[in-house]
Amino acid sequence: MTTDNLTSTDILKTAEALRWQIGRDFHDRLMEDIYTDAARLADRAVTRPDEKPRFDLDRTIDRIVTSRTWGFPLMILLFTIVFWITIVGANYPSQFLSSILIDKGVPFLHGIANAIGLPTWLSGFVINGMYLATAWVVSVMLPPMAIFFPLFTLLEDFGYLPRVAFNLDNIFHKSGAHGKQALSMMMGFGCNAAGVVATRVIDSPRERLIAIITNNFALCNGRWPTQILIATVFIGGLVPAYLAGIISALAVVGIAMLGVVLSFVVSWSLSRTVLRGEVSTFSLELPPYRPPQVLRTIYTSLIDRTIYVLWRAIVFALPAGAAIWLIANITIGGTSLAEYLVNFLNPLGILIGLNGVILLAYVVAIPANEIVIPTVLMLTVLMTGVNAGAGAGVMFNAQSTSDYMSLFTAGGWTLLTAVNLMLFSLIHNPCSTTIYTIYKETGDKKWTAVAALLPLAMGFIVTFFVAQIWRLFAG
Amino acid sequence: MNDKKTIQSSVSNLQSPAAAGCTTCPAHNAGNLLKLGVDMTDWDYVVALAGNPNTGKSTVFNALTGLRQHTGNWPGKTVTRAEGGFSYGDNRFKIVDLPGTYSLLSTSLDEEVARDFILFGQPDVTIIVVDATRLERNLNLALQVLEITDRAVICLNLIDEARRHGITVDERRLARDLGVPVVPTAARQGEGLDALLQAVSEVATGQTVCKPHRVKSESTAIQTAVETLVAQIQEAFPGVPNARWVALRLLDGDERLADAIRSGELGDLRRQEPEAKQDLVIHLEPV
Repeated sequence: MTTDNLTSTDILKTAEALRWQIGRDFHDRLMEDIYTDAARLADRAVTRPDEKPRFDLDRTIDRIVTSRTWGFPLMILLFTIVFWITIVGANYPSQFLSSILIDKGVPFLHGIANAIGLPTWLSGFVINGMYLATAWVVSVMLPPMAIFFPLFTLLEDFGYLPRVAFNLDNIFHKSGAHGKQALSMMMGFGCNAAGVVATRVIDSPRERLIAIITNNFALCNGRWPTQILIATVFIGGLVPAYLAGIISALAVVGIAMLGVVLSFVVSWSLSRTVLRGEVSTFSLELPPYRPPQVLRTIYTSLIDRTIYVLWRAIVFALPAGAAIWLIANITIGGTSLAEYLVNFLNPLGILIGLNGVILLAYVVAIPANEIVIPTVLMLTVLMTGVNAGAGAGVMFNAQSTSDYMSLFTAGGWTLLTAVNLMLFSLIHNPCSTTIYTIYKETGDKKWTAVAALLPLAMGFIVTFFVAQIWRLFAG
Repeated sequence: MNDKKTIQSSVSNLQSPAAAGCTTCPAHNAGNLLKLGVDMTDWDYVVALAGNPNTGKSTVFNALTGLRQHTGNWPGKTVTRAEGGFSYGDNRFKIVDLPGTYSLLSTSLDEEVARDFILFGQPDVTIIVVDATRLERNLNLALQVLEITDRAVICLNLIDEARRHGITVDERRLARDLGVPVVPTAARQGEGLDALLQAVSEVATGQTVCKPHRVKSESTAIQTAVETLVAQIQEAFPGVPNARWVALRLLDGDERLADAIRSGELGDLRRQEPEAKQDLVIHLEPV
């Protein structure tokens, strides 16, 4: 028994020593040897109908979309087109919805409230708080979602997303993460909570934790509308009107790409510090390209994603709208609660190139990122006293980019505020649903805290430095 | 494995003492199989069914077992397992459907389950179902299975689909190259299943002795490393049937294999005499 054990230790020692000699890429070389042999044996045994290899459309497309040179530019181009269509296309239905739900809806409801003799505080609470918050979320979010999700699903159906995972795999591998993290990240672009659940495809606990912690850097649909709106108003406003759409789209793609880069950077740091270990390989099947079933895809993505996400947003918007109305209308010594809070947060906000209103909005929006912009707008109206028709404490509604612009300018916003808001929207704590999902998936409070606080800390650091550098150069 | 080919009666008896080098006796490891949740009482041989996803593996399984099957979980795992049985000649075969995987190298739960069954259960025959229309991709798994076990039959399934696409597969050449029987089948139509059973039975009873193809690395550094380790493994665990593969896994940093060496579990993998099997203490630890 003793000799046996000695020999076992010897074997393992020898193996360890040899592993150093043959180098780290042993696994890949082994796989390559197997693949080479498989290809050779298959080639010897199989005869295809025609001597010349047939023109294979799938292979040709794959060669282009997964090529080293064209893979990434094509990926960026495709996503830019998707966002461009979303931004340009969402404009009109957004205006339409907002004119119906807000311009006509609010006076109409107030009319009813007056007719049945509702007290002013109650009608204010219900209509100016809860109803307006919800109407806002619907008119801001529904159009981009109804365009973006079907387009995204079409790409998925066509078979493009596995190719994206293929393109990204190498970088994930180098970051010390699992290649399948590309898949959970894709899912995170829809919803981080879903992305966290999707990390179940990763078997190694170490790599799974990395994927869970970094999933938040995939811009989720609650944050797309924020990015799209701010990009349209500020970034698109910098250039002539005919370029505005495409430039805003590029800005949003830029932020999304930054998120991808951040998830590489964070994966890399984690896998070299607290989550050290081996990278496992996997086979990724690239399914044949299929012409997507357009109508069915649009239908299912509307039902599965758009309505689902919208419903979630509404559920969170109702209480949030109520809370905002309350803190805006409860006054202590002539100053509303909201003003106290905003003034309290303002120094910190200014330090990182944002302001107290935005920070307070992020606190209110912990349950759902979707309501950040409505909250920001409402609080800005309150703080600046800009008469937006409905008065203080009411969620402000705007019709066009110039309306937003004049409001933001009144709130003291600059281009820096906009850029930092886009950055902070990308880099901050995940929403409470995601945090809860992380806790359920990891079963560990410590890692849940890391996943929640690490991005928040990073967000403060990034926006702080951007603000300092900006002020240094732009004055 | 012993190369001597002795033709004996194909009826095997579990109770009869097996001489070293007996090629007709069941090769499976009843002790380890029990740990893996497979009870071999009432069965002569155990057959594992491996293959990529979407190769018609389940169709083959259903065609072979008919209604004699049931599903459950692998012990301690959330991976589902189907097992069933069939008789051929005078023998009763238990067949275990392994999870469909693309490889046996990486660390996914499915791959681990499939790998452990072939390695530690030492099935008498492993049927590797491959898709005749996607032979190259499917051979990756087949080659990996053949690294672990000598006793395999390739089920070249979906041959009807291949024919429809004008693809012909030279199964004799493939069998020669791989060193194991290759049987073309169209499981959905029931085509080729008799030949498959015949081949399985011949491998199980030792009438066919396989000499499987082994992947050779181009790199001399790797070759030397493998040889060094193989020598040590064979010294510590004489008779271990797949020392080369174990060496490869150790070089790849496979913790499961390192554990098997530490605990001496690897030593169980030599051919055992039936008496020894009955005395074996079964540890019901999660694998």
